[in-house]
Amino acid sequence: MDRAEKLGLTMALILLLVFFSLIVYAAKGLKIDIPTCITDVEPFKEGKLIKHADKRYELHLLARMWLFDFDKGATQIKIPAGSVVDIYVTSRDVVHGVHINDTNFNIMAIPGTVGYMRVKFKKPGTYHVVCHEFCGVGHHAMEGKIIVE
Amino acid sequence: MQVSNAIKFIILTEIVLPTLLLVFGIYHGVMQVLYRAGVLKAESFLGIDYYQGLTLHGVINVIVYTTIFIVGFSNAIVMYALKKPLREKIQWISLGMMVIGTLMAAWAMFTGRATVLYTFYPPLIAHWTFYLGAVLLVLGSLVPFFFDWIPSAIAWKRENPDQKLPLAVFGTFVNFILWTIMIVPVAVEILFQLLPLSLGLVDEINPLLARTLFWFFGHPVVYFWLLPAYVALYTILPKVVSEKGKLYSDPAARLAFILFLIFSLPVGLHHQFTDPGITNTWKLIHALFTFGVALPSMITAFTVAASLEYSVKAEHPELKDSKFYWWTFLPFMRLEGNKWMFSFFFAGLVLFFFGGITGIVNASYNVNLVVHNTAYVPGHFHTTVGGLVLMVFFAMSLYMIAKLRGTDVKFKGLAVLAPYFWMQGMFMFSYAMMVGGVITGFPRRTNTGLTYLNPDHPLYRPEWVGYAQLSVVGGILLGIGFILFFISFMATLLAPKVRESTIEFPFADAFHDAPAPLLNNLKTWTVAAILLAVISYIPALYDASVRGVFFKSPAYIEKFPMPLKQLKGAQNQEGKEVSQAEKEVVEN
Repeated sequence: MDRAEKLGLTMALILLLVFFSLIVYAAKGLKIDIPTCITDVEPFKEGKLIKHADKRYELHLLARMWLFDFDKGATQIKIPAGSVVDIYVTSRDVVHGVHINDTNFNIMAIPGTVGYMRVKFKKPGTYHVVCHEFCGVGHHAMEGKIIVE
Repeated sequence: MQVSNAIKFIILTEIVLPTLLLVFGIYHGVMQVLYRAGVLKAESFLGIDYYQGLTLHGVINVIVYTTIFIVGFSNAIVMYALKKPLREKIQWISLGMMVIGTLMAAWAMFTGRATVLYTFYPPLIAHWTFYLGAVLLVLGSLVPFFFDWIPSAIAWKRENPDQKLPLAVFGTFVNFILWTIMIVPVAVEILFQLLPLSLGLVDEINPLLARTLFWFFGHPVVYFWLLPAYVALYTILPKVVSEKGKLYSDPAARLAFILFLIFSLPVGLHHQFTDPGITNTWKLIHALFTFGVALPSMITAFTVAASLEYSVKAEHPELKDSKFYWWTFLPFMRLEGNKWMFSFFFAGLVLFFFGGITGIVNASYNVNLVVHNTAYVPGHFHTTVGGLVLMVFFAMSLYMIAKLRGTDVKFKGLAVLAPYFWMQGMFMFSYAMMVGGVITGFPRRTNTGLTYLNPDHPLYRPEWVGYAQLSVVGGILLGIGFILFFISFMATLLAPKVRESTIEFPFADAFHDAPAPLLNNLKTWTVAAILLAVISYIPALYDASVRGVFFKSPAYIEKFPMPLKQLKGAQNQEGKEVSQAEKEVVEN
């Protein structure tokens, strides 16, 4: 290896290490982490919104062919701005994808498993929930909205 | 090098058949941007449903086209580099398996029995012919490696005990070792989960386990497409640039191939960052290895740039001290000798520069939450597999059919222009997809024209319109680029023969060379790669089969929101049972 080659290789390694350290810092230091294995909540058959306290909610979000069930079949819910919501996700039938636009909430809904992420809805507005995994002929019509007031 | 008529026919088929199928694949690509933007507001067009077209686009372009072409290209490379004729019987068996497999899967897809997309995630299930066809195709692609190239390489080694395996063969072997290893998990998924479920031998399977096995195959496979292009970059590109061209460094090229062998496999979980049921520590470890696999591409970027510089300066000694000016002397649009191929390599390399950077974004663990399954992801991989890989394959297809048929490359001017149309189209398409995906959450794999981009629909999302429209312009330019290439391809194939049929490649020597015995010990590195892959996957497979999954799932097809078994039961008892099942669905 000549000098230029060694320099190139070292710079590439340093660049990748810097990127990776920042990711670990964001995940473990700033707590921006990705879904992990949930073993204490069983897959549910119906959507449910539970209010634990003021601006503290637990949402059981059921994805199914072809709608999002937020609360006993409702495809939209209203919550006050500044709410912290613990969202559990599962699917009743095939694999769906759940993306709450304008948030970091992006998770797969897989039958037989439960996904979990916490979201704080700071700004008021309409948060569209989009299914981003092919789930059948009605995939593009899967409806879901979280209205933050 | 002379080739027998049978081998000539086989290799030509392995180039022409996938290219003809690619016509369907690319047609469905262009159709999709029209559907997505709402230019075409429909469930289907000419009898093919949007999602069926999407399945055809994915399966033809990245499974059928790539696999069959790579076998043909690698056949020619190994034969010419080792100067050993191919074994006809073995090659017929391989081609037969691949063609039968392709026909089976094509029948299932074209008749709407396998609308499951290229990832075929269960519990959506396809007709069994789709799975069996896929198995036959990949097994057929392995036959030449084990029963033809390895025996030839052993014989070559016996005759040349002091030499290292030629670089082109070395790269090809690394690629097929990887291919062999990665096929194991997906074969387990197909043979033990999907095929039995499709045939009704079992009632339920574990979808998360299926996904995990799929991505054990599904990420390394991108390197299976990429490595033949790298072989061409290292061994052929310098001679395309200049008759006096040389590869900058042979050991660096071998190091890159070995790093691919080690780090390509333990990375699949980066496709499952947002999957439930798998502990995120294992995902972080796979993210680290994914960064590891970025390294050989960075080495390649250095070596390719250095080889281009060396090759240009070898032809133009007056540029000896130039730092950047030599770039302008690259044969961007030249027709003589082999220089016409450069525009393909150049367009591919430019696209791949962006493909590599955007790939690091995908791999970046929590950053992935912003881009996962948005249009960003197809925006990314269209610049890799639809960029460098496809451009190099196009150049090599045209070059090889001209050599094998003994014809001149026809419409060379169109062929030289085609990659520039393709590159510009891909810039616009990928920009629209990536920015739309990151900023506004524009999803992938969705017939958005019917709902999200339909002003009359309650789900209308005006912020997505501009991105979708830009992707239409890009898609049309891509279509034009392909047509230009295809005209030249067909004309070259059908042109009158003007010289002997041969197979030969303009292989470049290395500027820096060294024996590097450690790098050349493929057996040891293969064992290391398998061990690392298995160890990195044990915890994830445990999570996906035991800890994270509460129950298994029955099969569904895409048309009905109830399990296939229930549906069949209802259909068997006709009329009122069906209406009752429908009523249940409505009530639920």
